[in-house]
Amino acid sequence: MADLILTPNIENADDFYAGLLAAHDGLEKADSDALNARLVLVLANHIGDSNVLAQALDAAVLKDT
Amino acid sequence: MNKIFEVPLYAYERSPDQDTATPVRHKVIVIGAGPIGLATAIDLAQQGVEVVVLDDNDKVSFGSRAICFSQRTLDIADRLGAGRQMLDKGVLWNVGKVYFDKREVYEFNLQPDEGYANPAFINLQQYYFEKAFVDRVRELQAEGASIEIRGRNKVEAIGTHDDHVKLEVETPEGPYNIEADWLIACDGANSPTRRMLGLDFEGRVFEDNFLIADVVMEADFPSERWFWFDPPFNRGQSALLHKQPDNVWRIDLQLGWDIDKEREQQPENVIPRLKAMLGDDVKFELEWVSIYTFQCRRMERFRYGRVLFAGDSAHQVSPFGARGANSGLQDADNLCWKLKMVIDGKSPELLLDSYNRERVQAADENIRMSTRSTDFITPKSDMSRLLRDAVLDLSEQYEFARPLVNSGRLSTPCTYVGSSLSSADALNGPDITQPGSACPDAPLGNDFLLPKLAGKFTLLTIDADAPEQIEEDGVEATRLALSVKDDPTLELKRRYLGNATSAVYLIRPDQHVAARRDSFEDNAFRQAIRRAIGKE
Repeated sequence: MADLILTPNIENADDFYAGLLAAHDGLEKADSDALNARLVLVLANHIGDSNVLAQALDAAVLKDT
Repeated sequence: MNKIFEVPLYAYERSPDQDTATPVRHKVIVIGAGPIGLATAIDLAQQGVEVVVLDDNDKVSFGSRAICFSQRTLDIADRLGAGRQMLDKGVLWNVGKVYFDKREVYEFNLQPDEGYANPAFINLQQYYFEKAFVDRVRELQAEGASIEIRGRNKVEAIGTHDDHVKLEVETPEGPYNIEADWLIACDGANSPTRRMLGLDFEGRVFEDNFLIADVVMEADFPSERWFWFDPPFNRGQSALLHKQPDNVWRIDLQLGWDIDKEREQQPENVIPRLKAMLGDDVKFELEWVSIYTFQCRRMERFRYGRVLFAGDSAHQVSPFGARGANSGLQDADNLCWKLKMVIDGKSPELLLDSYNRERVQAADENIRMSTRSTDFITPKSDMSRLLRDAVLDLSEQYEFARPLVNSGRLSTPCTYVGSSLSSADALNGPDITQPGSACPDAPLGNDFLLPKLAGKFTLLTIDADAPEQIEEDGVEATRLALSVKDDPTLELKRRYLGNATSAVYLIRPDQHVAARRDSFEDNAFRQAIRRAIGKE
């Protein structure tokens, strides 16, 4: 069973983050929300593995600390 | 006007039962001559069980109603001797189009699956489906089978007892009483039987209304399935267009739950909507319009002593996925051989509780699947709508998103995982034939597998030895000896062996797998038979 990666794994993380912000630049809230929704689906399809996806859904719900 | 649904097919006739001093006792009475009641009666009659069907009407269903019949339904109908007539009349379609808002987002072409006698589904008006069963009843009667349909016989009261039921039946010539060892209620979503017994559904997951219309159009309109999400002519809802035989198209417009039913079905309100769907220049004639209300729910149990519920009387789902009539046929398929075993004294009455367990499991699966479709089609929250719209927008450009588009997942037979009638899996074989599964068909040269498995316990051997017959506790299992060489297309191997090199399957009379191993082992299969008939 594959494990969800929760250690740093993004190549050129700052560039990715800047790209993410740029993609939302100038969008109305509704369009931005839609973009995020599409992005989630695109990424989920790339991952594919249902165990990893379940772990990701779980990880995205922040734990009380 | 000579539509099949306007002609009485089982007109009222006086029965000798109406002139006896004491009520006549029948083996089985079925209430309701819809698709499920007729299938149930035919199945029982084919097994030599005496059966009477009572219906408050005398005609087949008015309007198309259930229109999409699945492969499993056709397989069952084949076993009941009516599948060919349905298949010959039914419409097959391959091209589907999905619309979102004002635009077509994608088109798909369903290539037929190879290696099955029956297609994945056919479109056929319910009245033709019922007509095929009524014809089969007449055929059985001509052969001398004890099967009878009594039109305009309305059950007014039911008395339940430990070993029989008593019915009070109203007819055009007055009431009479009648009794049965067993009563099967196939009297639909509003089941009077359920009401008379003071039983109700549990849970109300979802409720919605649909305007359904049968429309006759010029013949050159394409034979395609069109599905709309949130179209301009039906904002916030869905719409479906489906081809049926005789140049009749079926249109389903989802209306939501809070509507004025009378107003919605007035032609002056219906016709403009249809024009907006089909285009202004398409000529059509309205044959039938109705409002269909459904809820997703089921009875707590499908068996109450000597009374059994099957079809919509026991469970209801949304229409997405054609899981109503199709699952009802599977109810009948599951029930009848068990009832025959109990009537013959070969199984304890407890076997009928497995009908309850297996078909409740199926109903829950159908409710879950159709609720998911409903959640996609009618999003319940802003985020749900956002994600749904994201899927539809992506599906226009990327193939990956298309499987997420959920306009209904077509009915497939339930696998009775964990059924008390199944033995532990002892074959390293494919999942699709694990114990509890409905046997998938497979080609055998010019022939097919399923017809060879019908209506009895079968010991299917594939490149394995076994006795030609074993008998355990009065139940015989007859061997069907096959080899992977019988199917050059290798579907038999793919569906029944997988990586195994040999297999022995014990198959129930309803074509579900009871047990499987890589070779015959006398004790194991005797135990499997006892388990499958409710004796372990």
